[in-house]
Amino acid sequence: MYEGIIQELIDELGRLPGIGPKSAQRIAFHILQKENYDATRLAEVLLEVKDKVRFCEICGNVAEQPTCNICRDPRRSPTTICVVEEAKDVVAIERTREFRGLYHVLGGAISPIDGIGPDDLRIRQLVQRLADGIVTEVIIATDPNLEGEATATYLSRLLVQPNLRVTRLASGLPVGGDLEYADEVTLGRAFEGRRLVEK
Amino acid sequence: MPLYRDEAVVLRTHKLGEADRIVTMLSRNHGKIRAVAKGVRRTASKFGSRLEPFMVADVQLFEGRTLDIITQAESLGSYGAEIASDYASYTAATAMVETADKVTDDDGSLQQYLLLVGALRSLSRHEHAPGLTLDSYLLRALSIAGWAPSFVDCAVTGAPGPHTVFVVQMGGVVADSVAPPGAPRLDLATLDLLSSLLAGDWDYAEAADERARNQASGVVAAYTQFHLERGLRSLQHVDRSPAHDGSTERAAARVAAQHAASSTVAGAS
Repeated sequence: MYEGIIQELIDELGRLPGIGPKSAQRIAFHILQKENYDATRLAEVLLEVKDKVRFCEICGNVAEQPTCNICRDPRRSPTTICVVEEAKDVVAIERTREFRGLYHVLGGAISPIDGIGPDDLRIRQLVQRLADGIVTEVIIATDPNLEGEATATYLSRLLVQPNLRVTRLASGLPVGGDLEYADEVTLGRAFEGRRLVEK
Repeated sequence: MPLYRDEAVVLRTHKLGEADRIVTMLSRNHGKIRAVAKGVRRTASKFGSRLEPFMVADVQLFEGRTLDIITQAESLGSYGAEIASDYASYTAATAMVETADKVTDDDGSLQQYLLLVGALRSLSRHEHAPGLTLDSYLLRALSIAGWAPSFVDCAVTGAPGPHTVFVVQMGGVVADSVAPPGAPRLDLATLDLLSSLLAGDWDYAEAADERARNQASGVVAAYTQFHLERGLRSLQHVDRSPAHDGSTERAAARVAAQHAASSTVAGAS
């Protein structure tokens, strides 16, 4: 146990996800010992991010204004919405440069064992976005794990509307992996989603 | 025993660090196990979906000081994908694994393991209505744990039934003479349904009407949570909306046919 403010710093760092007591101690002493470390800048950024960053009123993505950059961008197609669990997933999909539509961030996945049901996610807001009939396709891009699949099942059951296509991201073998290590479910999905080789 | 191997069903997972997960499993021989699956959240993980909830796997583990480490896993039963494709089955299965997590400890029980695997297999094959499968599982899991309810004879005096006053705290139905004032009464149809769920009489259970099913599920939920001495978070999310697959009508027709056949035999003799 350290005294006073050093222990407080270690305790606060230790409350961050993925940082245990030893890592917190290491970061605290890095801040203390490095002469050229600008602690003021870190403090300013932390305060600024808490003050300025909010969730987009339309899609739930992180934004510095009432709506996010993607929702404000007129070049994005308003007819397609990609549904993701977290704002982190938006960044992952944007890196592919394959998708030019809009997003909807649910804020998690349905997980009854953790007490998270459909009412705890931004599903109602998604249904409201579809009410005007502009959207013709909803791409469900929830995580390919059990909670993500169950959330996709729930959404596909809920979003049955005329002139609305509900699709799910393909799943199968990862690029760079060995076939022999693929589990039955992944390999089965890869077979289900096989495609014709272009000649 | 630094390295050991067992069959296990995955109950739940928690994220750990960058790409790991803590996996809680109910094993056949080693009771409940909490182990780390390293790198399982990466898309190219060698574990793939084998360590997702509801999956049954042959796992090899390295014994650690606090948590064991999963070194290998092979699928024995891939129930997760089938269960997740039906929302009602998913919510029912979640309530089952939460219950299994609560009723078992490190010593575990082979009976609890076999019961859970059987129930998940049944859900994945959509053999019965998910709500009925869940209620049957809960009653049987509690029975194995030593809290078997009585739905016919008095749970206090043993007086032969049928009795209709159901008192959760007393362990089931009780005779009028020992029933506390104001205790609720159940319909005979509900009590018959509860008995059939405990015994595994699926033809009768599936023929039960919606009112009996709703009353029975309320009784099972109250009985389970009282004896576990804590609430089950997943129970409130269980989707019990009636399926429109005709299973109820088919089961009712089967029971009617059996009754007709038995009355014909009785008449002939």
